Amino acid sequence: MNERPLRVVIAKAGLDGHDRGAKVIARALRDAGMEVIYTGLFQAPEQIVQTAVQEDADGIGLSILSGAHMTLFPLVVEQLKAQDAGDIVFFGGGTIPPEDAKRLKELGVREIFTPGAPLQTIVDFVTRECGKRRTPAA
Amino acid sequence: MTDDALLRDFEMHKPRALARAISCAESGRGGDIVRALYSKTGRAVTIGLTGPPGVGKSTLASALVRKARGLGKSVGVISVDPSSPFSHGALLGDRIRLVEHFTDEAVFIRSMASRGHLGGLAGATADAVSLMDAFGFDVILIETVGVGQSEIAIAELAQTTVVALQPGSGDSIQVLKAGIMEIADVFVVNKADHPMANQLRREIRSAMEMLQWDGWVPELVATQALAGEGIEQLWAAIERHMAYLNETGEIEGRRRDAFVHQVRQLAMGRIERRLDRVLESESSTGIDPYAAAERVISKLGL
Ligand code: B12
Ligand SMILES: Nc1nc2c(ncn2[C@@H]2O[C@H](COP(=O)(O)OP(=O)(O)OP(=O)(O)O)[C@@H](O)[C@H]2O)c(=O)[nH]1
Ligand SMILES: [Mg+2]
Repeated sequence: MNERPLRVVIAKAGLDGHDRGAKVIARALRDAGMEVIYTGLFQAPEQIVQTAVQEDADGIGLSILSGAHMTLFPLVVEQLKAQDAGDIVFFGGGTIPPEDAKRLKELGVREIFTPGAPLQTIVDFVTRECGKRRTPAA
Repeated sequence: MTDDALLRDFEMHKPRALARAISCAESGRGGDIVRALYSKTGRAVTIGLTGPPGVGKSTLASALVRKARGLGKSVGVISVDPSSPFSHGALLGDRIRLVEHFTDEAVFIRSMASRGHLGGLAGATADAVSLMDAFGFDVILIETVGVGQSEIAIAELAQTTVVALQPGSGDSIQVLKAGIMEIADVFVVNKADHPMANQLRREIRSAMEMLQWDGWVPELVATQALAGEGIEQLWAAIERHMAYLNETGEIEGRRRDAFVHQVRQLAMGRIERRLDRVLESESSTGIDPYAAAERVISKLGL
């Protein structure tokens, strides 16, 4: 097999202990043939981006259900710039109101998925967006 | 990114370049970069960590990283997890145990999926070791898939192989039978906080007594990786083994074994890809399997 599977980091940040959603997403992406690196809980934005760099990940998916999304998502965007990793596809999900999601997308978060988002939609999104990054010769 | 730019970034010590180079090797395109950097390899100390699932390999790795960092050494960690044979996807979770080292610039952690390879390593693990070595890491820790038997590959690749076992798991005897005795340079009884720990130590000792040793006799260390207990002793045992290899010159044999392992992976990778192509065009009509196999072999020019 010469084609390398897509690699995605799934992360939980801050003091948020809700890991069910993150694990569900991680499993869905694995079952879709991706290599998923799960960071565990309570990661700092710097740690998340460093992990993605070392793992040569195509994407980072951040899950936040604590209400702290307006601080943590922008901090990850900042770290991506600081670590010269702006080409990594950054997306996420959790309990995030639509107006906040809109604002985060303006800041550079590629997509936000909220409770009830179908797994297939998420898998399709990650396959498409991370796949783009691979072509032509990544 | 072109190969030249990648090489330049690698030589400028950018972690992203090391990460990309490992990806290249994983997809069978590591030739140019590994060749360009190969003269820089041969300095790192390589330590293999193997044992059944959940025994504490990643936790031990984290504790060993802490110890090595305390001595001022930089560390590369490679953790291999299995790929699903069905979806080819993988959940790579070893990093969770190494979280305290995430932002230490002298520590580089890479998770690898086995991608169908047997024996506890991925096809490109040896290339990843070469690349981390060329990048300048002093110590490289390699955690295998937790398979519990026939992890012969790690003994080939690593200079010192640590085999971890846990008390009360019932599979210890099985593991001792399955050829693990021959590959261990150091045995670890992890989770020594468990009431059955002493029994496991006795079992390992008596299994060792049934074998003939010339030269190095494996050491046995009890640890509680989570609490950091016994890590000094484990590190000391690893250092004694390294000193033994260097003093006796056996290190050259280990280096050759690692080289042969790497060459085999590269050659097998190419043969398998060609074999897959040839097999696609084989038909099953009017031929028996032996004749078909002969035909395939001759098509491969072997
Ligand atoms: C189950 C639950 C818990 C469980 C968590 C168990 C666990 N290990 O995960 C327990 C009981 C422990 C818990 C505790 C608390 N909880 Co709670 N909890 C919930 C609840 C009911 C469901 C969450 C869940 O698991 N859903 C199922 C999963 C599959 O869905 P999901 O995570 O939303 O994921 C989907 C999408 O959001 C998206 N998604 C999510 N993450 C990601 C990531 C990526 C990369 C992508 C692509 C998509 C994606 O895709 C998924 C599939 O559609 C929600 C209410 C709700 N309606 O969401 C409250 C909720 C999240 N909890 C809440 C609160 C306040 C708490 C507590 C602070 C309560 C307290 N006072 O003690 C504690 C804090 C715990 C902690 N340390 O963080 C609030 C958060 C308020 C806020 N956002 O400001 C909520 C919204 C309830 C509410 N309406 O008030 N909770
Ligand atoms: N009681 C006890 N638990 C431990 C000890 N060391 C590790 N553990 C726990 O054992 C579990 C497995 O540890 P890991 O380090 O993930 O084990 P592993 O061998 O890397 O697992 P795989 O990679 O999945 O095969 C974790 O819950 C650890 O916290 C110890 O010394 N004592
Ligand atoms: Mg592990």
